[in-house]
Amino acid sequence: MRFSDLLRIAVRSLARNKMRSFLTMLGVIIGVAAVIAMLAVGRGAGDTMKSSIASLGSNVINVFPGSRSQGPARLEAGAASRFREEDVQAVRKEADALLYITPVARTQAQLKTGGQNWRTSVIGAYPEYQDIRQWPLETGAGFTPTDERAGAKVCVLGRTVADNLFGPGVDPTGASVRINNLPFRVLGVLEKKGQNSFGMDQDDIVLAPFSTVQNKILGNIYVNSMMASAVSEAAMPVAATQITEILMRRLRMPPGSEPDFNVRTQTEIAQAATAVSGALTMLLSSIAGISLLVGGIGIMNIMLVSVTERTREIGLRLAVGARGRDILMQFLVEAMAISLLGGLIGVALGVGVAALLAGLQGWAVKVSVSSVVVAFAFSAATGIFFGWWPARKAARLNPIDALRYE
Amino acid sequence: MTSAAALLSVKGLVKTYVLGETEVRALRGVDLEVARGEFIAVGGPSGSGKSTLMNILGCLDVPDAGEYRLDGEPVQHLGPDELSGVRNRKLGFVFQSFNLLARTTALENVELPLLYRGEVTPEEAKAKALEALRRVGLGDRAHHTPNQLSGGQQQRVAIARSMVNDPVLILADEPTGNLDTLTSLEIMQVFQELNQRGITIVLVTHEPDVAAFAKRQVVVRDGRIVRDEPTPTVTSAREALQTLLAQRAAHGEDGGKA
Repeated sequence: MRFSDLLRIAVRSLARNKMRSFLTMLGVIIGVAAVIAMLAVGRGAGDTMKSSIASLGSNVINVFPGSRSQGPARLEAGAASRFREEDVQAVRKEADALLYITPVARTQAQLKTGGQNWRTSVIGAYPEYQDIRQWPLETGAGFTPTDERAGAKVCVLGRTVADNLFGPGVDPTGASVRINNLPFRVLGVLEKKGQNSFGMDQDDIVLAPFSTVQNKILGNIYVNSMMASAVSEAAMPVAATQITEILMRRLRMPPGSEPDFNVRTQTEIAQAATAVSGALTMLLSSIAGISLLVGGIGIMNIMLVSVTERTREIGLRLAVGARGRDILMQFLVEAMAISLLGGLIGVALGVGVAALLAGLQGWAVKVSVSSVVVAFAFSAATGIFFGWWPARKAARLNPIDALRYE
Repeated sequence: MTSAAALLSVKGLVKTYVLGETEVRALRGVDLEVARGEFIAVGGPSGSGKSTLMNILGCLDVPDAGEYRLDGEPVQHLGPDELSGVRNRKLGFVFQSFNLLARTTALENVELPLLYRGEVTPEEAKAKALEALRRVGLGDRAHHTPNQLSGGQQQRVAIARSMVNDPVLILADEPTGNLDTLTSLEIMQVFQELNQRGITIVLVTHEPDVAAFAKRQVVVRDGRIVRDEPTPTVTSAREALQTLLAQRAAHGEDGGKA
């Protein structure tokens, strides 16, 4: 029997019981749509996480002082730092896997202008800080190595700070602002970066030369932490090792001992985030997969009914010369027609639902081609898998019994 | 009639069914030969084994013992798929309950055996099916579905289906069982005309009137053939039909209403 004939028989049989075919198909439609929509939600969440991690900078390596024990009390990480600016210079000179490195001094301070004031984080760092975090200016210019050497009282504002002190959208370049009552000149405004992956506003920040913050605001000789970037993503482990070795040597720690500071690469953070979003996607899609399974069982159920209903037809077909495999194919094609058509509608519905979630709920949703292909292939497989047994049952009927069936 | 010329020959057919704890010995050694061009009626009371014989002759069932040669080919040891092939190429079936596919046109019903044969193009299949429908007088009903056809017309579609593959033998199992007298005569007329064109027919019936249209009558009882003789005077279905119509006209009935 030709495939076109089989297809015609299947379509006719499905058309004969339109409501029943549709309800059977509905199981597959919902299953496929759920798989696609859930994968899209999971993928979208993963992408959001990745891009917010990327907004931290490129190939970033952070160096934090380790925890210290004072007597029996173990203090928080970074409680005591033994780094000095010379250590940062040494790493900059020796570690060839690094592109940039800067010490970072961080404090909270009250900012004032003529009429407004605002409390925010003040970051003291070298001009390279902007390169490490890949953070260009919206207006104005950044401070220079000359400002750094001179300990100039200049600063660059984050967008949130500029909005709160000078009003939304106003360009404050050239204006004066008091940080802890010291007058600073505003050189420019940083481009808006938005929230980071922990929901913190990255634009609520003021950037100033390291030496200025260290000497004039903090009055400290130790370096809080360091931030560096590696020459490439592949070079990150090497860069981390180089930093560790240089700092251990400079802090006179015996080689092979546990360093009392932490070198953290962005890759580790990204890996953790990827693992989380992967788990989320797995969870969502396995729930969706179960609904596809239920849809498949629906197909099997209805195919068994169909085989029983058409026992006499099967007997007649066998009598006029159909072989077992002709009957098998007939019912298998019918089951596959249900599941493939259901799969197609399900793909459309899933893409639609994903678009709706993106449009109405503002969720980051991304339908990937592979998820569509996988869901569709899965629905086809469902048809074969759950259609097989009823079809085989039909094919094994004895022609005499089938013809006599009432 | 010699064995070599026989179209169909069975020897010592035995078939026993086990129903629960009882054994039903449906056939207890049946010998039969049918030559090309014959028209045989197989009769007998219900439970005589004639249906079992019919099933075996129709390659729908296999005997427990005995030989069956059809068109010179031994068929008693063939598997299910090979038997399907034999049924498709050499046999045609007509059943008491027509067994047409519902909501499927007469033409497509008749085409069915050709689709399973597979060597025929769709155009050829259509042409052959139309030709078969014309031969049973239904050329103008090709696109009607069974529920738009009368019982007699449905049975004629079934006859067209049975001969569309040019079988060596048509097996008819109580083909007039569900039909009234007039329509039965029409159907028997179709069978007689087919037989006159050289098609071999084996007809199973328990009605002696119907058996009288065949050229040879075989009676089965308790799993054995107890009678096998030519019909003394074969009734012509055409004449019987004309007689019946004349009678009805005489009694004031409208004979054309059937």
